[in-house]
Amino acid sequence: MTTKLFGERVQRREDARLITGQGRFLDDLGANALAAAFVRSPHAHARIRDVDVSAALDVEGLVAIYTWEDLPGLLAEPLPLLIPHPALTHGRTGHALARDVVRHVGEPVVMVVAADRYVAEDACSLIEVDYEILKPVVGVEEAAEAVNLVHADVPGNVGAHLVQEVPSPEGLSAREAIEAAPHTLAFRLDIERSASMPLEGKGVYARWDADDQSLRVYSSTQTSTSVRMAVAAKLGLPLPKVEVIAPDVGGGFGVKIVHPWPEEILVPWAARLLDREVKWTEDRREHFISSAHERAQVHHVRVGFDDDGRVLGLDVNILHDHGAYTPYGIIVPIITSTQLVGPYKIGAYRVEFSSIYTNTVQVTPYRGAGRPQGVFCMERTMDRIAAHLGRDRTEVRAANFIQPGEFPYDQGMTFQDGRPLIYDSGDYPESLRMLKELIGWDSFPAMKAEAAAEGRAIGIGVGCYVEGTGVGPYEGGHVQITSDGRVHVSTGLTSQGQGHETVFAQIAATELGVPIEKVSVVTGDTRRFGYAVGTFASRAAVMSGNAIALACRKVRDKALKVAADALEADPRDLEITDGVVHVAGTPSASIPLATVAVLSNPLRYAFDKETQRATQFAGPQDDDRPPVADGEEPGMEGKDYYSPVRSTFASGMHAAIVETDPLTAEIKILRYVVVHDCGKLINPMIVEGQIHGGVGQGVGGALYEKMVYDEHGQLLNASFMDFLMPYATEVPRIETAHLETPSPLNPLGVKGAGEAGVIPVSAVIAAAIEDAEGITIDRMPISPSDLYSLRAETRLRKTQ
Amino acid sequence: MSERTGEHRHAVTLTVNGVLREATVPARRLLSDCLRHDLGLTGTHVGCEHGVCGACTVLLDGEPVRSCLTFAVTVDGHEITTVEGLAEGGELSPVQRAFSECHGLQCGFCTPGFLCTVTAFLRDNRTPTDEEVLEAVSGNLCRCTGYQNIIKAVHRAAEIQAEESG
Repeated sequence: MTTKLFGERVQRREDARLITGQGRFLDDLGANALAAAFVRSPHAHARIRDVDVSAALDVEGLVAIYTWEDLPGLLAEPLPLLIPHPALTHGRTGHALARDVVRHVGEPVVMVVAADRYVAEDACSLIEVDYEILKPVVGVEEAAEAVNLVHADVPGNVGAHLVQEVPSPEGLSAREAIEAAPHTLAFRLDIERSASMPLEGKGVYARWDADDQSLRVYSSTQTSTSVRMAVAAKLGLPLPKVEVIAPDVGGGFGVKIVHPWPEEILVPWAARLLDREVKWTEDRREHFISSAHERAQVHHVRVGFDDDGRVLGLDVNILHDHGAYTPYGIIVPIITSTQLVGPYKIGAYRVEFSSIYTNTVQVTPYRGAGRPQGVFCMERTMDRIAAHLGRDRTEVRAANFIQPGEFPYDQGMTFQDGRPLIYDSGDYPESLRMLKELIGWDSFPAMKAEAAAEGRAIGIGVGCYVEGTGVGPYEGGHVQITSDGRVHVSTGLTSQGQGHETVFAQIAATELGVPIEKVSVVTGDTRRFGYAVGTFASRAAVMSGNAIALACRKVRDKALKVAADALEADPRDLEITDGVVHVAGTPSASIPLATVAVLSNPLRYAFDKETQRATQFAGPQDDDRPPVADGEEPGMEGKDYYSPVRSTFASGMHAAIVETDPLTAEIKILRYVVVHDCGKLINPMIVEGQIHGGVGQGVGGALYEKMVYDEHGQLLNASFMDFLMPYATEVPRIETAHLETPSPLNPLGVKGAGEAGVIPVSAVIAAAIEDAEGITIDRMPISPSDLYSLRAETRLRKTQ
Repeated sequence: MSERTGEHRHAVTLTVNGVLREATVPARRLLSDCLRHDLGLTGTHVGCEHGVCGACTVLLDGEPVRSCLTFAVTVDGHEITTVEGLAEGGELSPVQRAFSECHGLQCGFCTPGFLCTVTAFLRDNRTPTDEEVLEAVSGNLCRCTGYQNIIKAVHRAAEIQAEESG
């Protein structure tokens, strides 16, 4: 392989269109489509007594109004529960349009289709819905008390309850191990709600072809293949008559993996019914109140440890607020439960969670997906152990690390993919060494003393995580070399800014020995690839990257075989360089891949120069052999799938130095350092970009972002004015270093990188603030006013 | 599309990216919607519709404005530059090249707003300090990049601009 691009900082191929305004995002399509808009519930919990549309009927430009009663067949049934689990005994999903009862502010009740969005919203404002207001259930602890119920048939508001126990090597249960431990601590830790909040909201555009009886749907989704299956099923259409395309997608971060959203089936249904193009583009307020949130959990931790800080027993009880519905099952608390243990050998572990209904927006994974909460628990626990023993915080962590020689390491639990939680590789002591060196851990006490002498308070914090990435079950890749020498790569999963067109092209160019300019990549288009899972769980590079590599290897083998026949050489002596197959060491004996592509198809009309040129390679005809022999296929193409036995586990460690203002309690991050290990890097520039973005979101989660619900279930900060996402002024400079421990599980040796950056940030910032202030930090995010109040409470306690 | 709705409409004439464009729009039509849906220039994106995210930023007579907070009828007769107009004669501007070179974009949705903002900024301040760069982009939200490479890109664009004018 001479055309080596794997591992290089290759410039992104997506950029040319995106920096010139030529990208094609959902709302950029369908210039002549009708617009859909929705009447959404203004109440957190209410019974719909009547919907009166009469006042809206006179609006000029109105095309149609639909309520639940208009929905036929499966469309009227509850939306699917995508990921059932035996512990999810009371899973509930909403309807595409509310039937009888609404359970959160923002739930769709009526769909309006009109000439444009302005008019559709005019009509929405004239529709009168008569509600009988029911008592709302807000706050996970209030919900657990079950004074009122979110679903009348779900006792205690408990959707799911799960206990996982891993005994110690000596056979003690976690509770026994904690009782027997020399030291024990118990405390509570809280994380509040945030959300993915991509800059582009959701959106759906559908066009029905009445002549062809087929439907094309564009959706701003993280999984076009599954949206396609959902639409076909819900509308009763044959699958081959439905195609779904994810165009350019303006960020996802988890929220767009949920499917089908009500609009993803309603808009195609209306387009077919009306035989008109219909489009819906989510506005920002809709995104806040009708998409999905994440993060909110309450954790009660008990830990037992020895004099060196080794954890002998850990018992965590989690209350998870999953909002009004559970379309995505209980993935988030399962991930918290299993990934909480991080890079550590925990003596005995018990984790229990209850997943609770509230009258709020549903909770589904947001970048990190339960891991930030788990890491917050584990890392705050490590810091408490260190404080209790008067030991260095990194020393306590090191005492608990799984060692490099101990892989594969079985954590004894079942991971989110239903497979054993077995770490494949990693080097945690080396990560910590690199981190300490980068941040200057050992010299920090001197720096802190110096700052203190100037009247400044600074603190340092550290956080470690292990992230299961590249979950199955599979992804596929298709590769075709056409007679013009171009290489067409497709995979079913979608892209939301991760640079897949670039990294997958790097993989294909490297595997096939072709210039990257010859390679084009298509993702998320069911016309090109029908079977896929989707882009989530840091899985695209691992899953589709390997599938594309395997497909390329098939094509390469075929190309070498065809070329060997033409050159009368042994395929084992052939190499491909810059798109030309040649005999190793004899560059003159060569044939371009374009010509090989022609030769691979027995039907050769001379449409182009390559076809004409191929005639010179035509060998003698074998009259007893069919033109396409058994086991052969015409054309230079190949398809393969990658399906791993289990996830591959990336890891990393972050450290931060913060300064807190003695007067205003303003919190400033002075330095932020990341050591990151995602196995082999395909494109370091893109991996770093992913880390930067993750840390940026992590800073938001640590210091600014929370969803503020009042007691009526109204989201008080459903706008960018009030939900504070970091601007450039809030994100510190991020210093990164890479460690590469390849995954032994896949051909490319890669691990996922998409979510990593966000995972430990709340833990790290909390630790640094605690170090600066000498005040225990046990809930995040923390604002200056929170810190100010904490200081006052601490002073008060001291004087009492 | 307003002709289908029966609203009273107003003729507006805008010079968009150097080209005289005409549209007939209702008084309430936002400039962002006019550019995107009446004139077909979909490069300008709308992220929040309340002026906070900056994705919809365009240049109005050379100055950055939020097109989602501007009615199309109020800018009748004015000059607008959108992301589609930043490249001159088919050649990418220094700001566009720098954003690509420095990996200053991921999903690309917020990018047009940053590009317009930075274009105006570097026109007025050709040798900005770190602090000035931070200030210049602090009115635009990006959810993908953590801003690291956007900051780098602004400095790089200033560099390219200086190289090419020097």
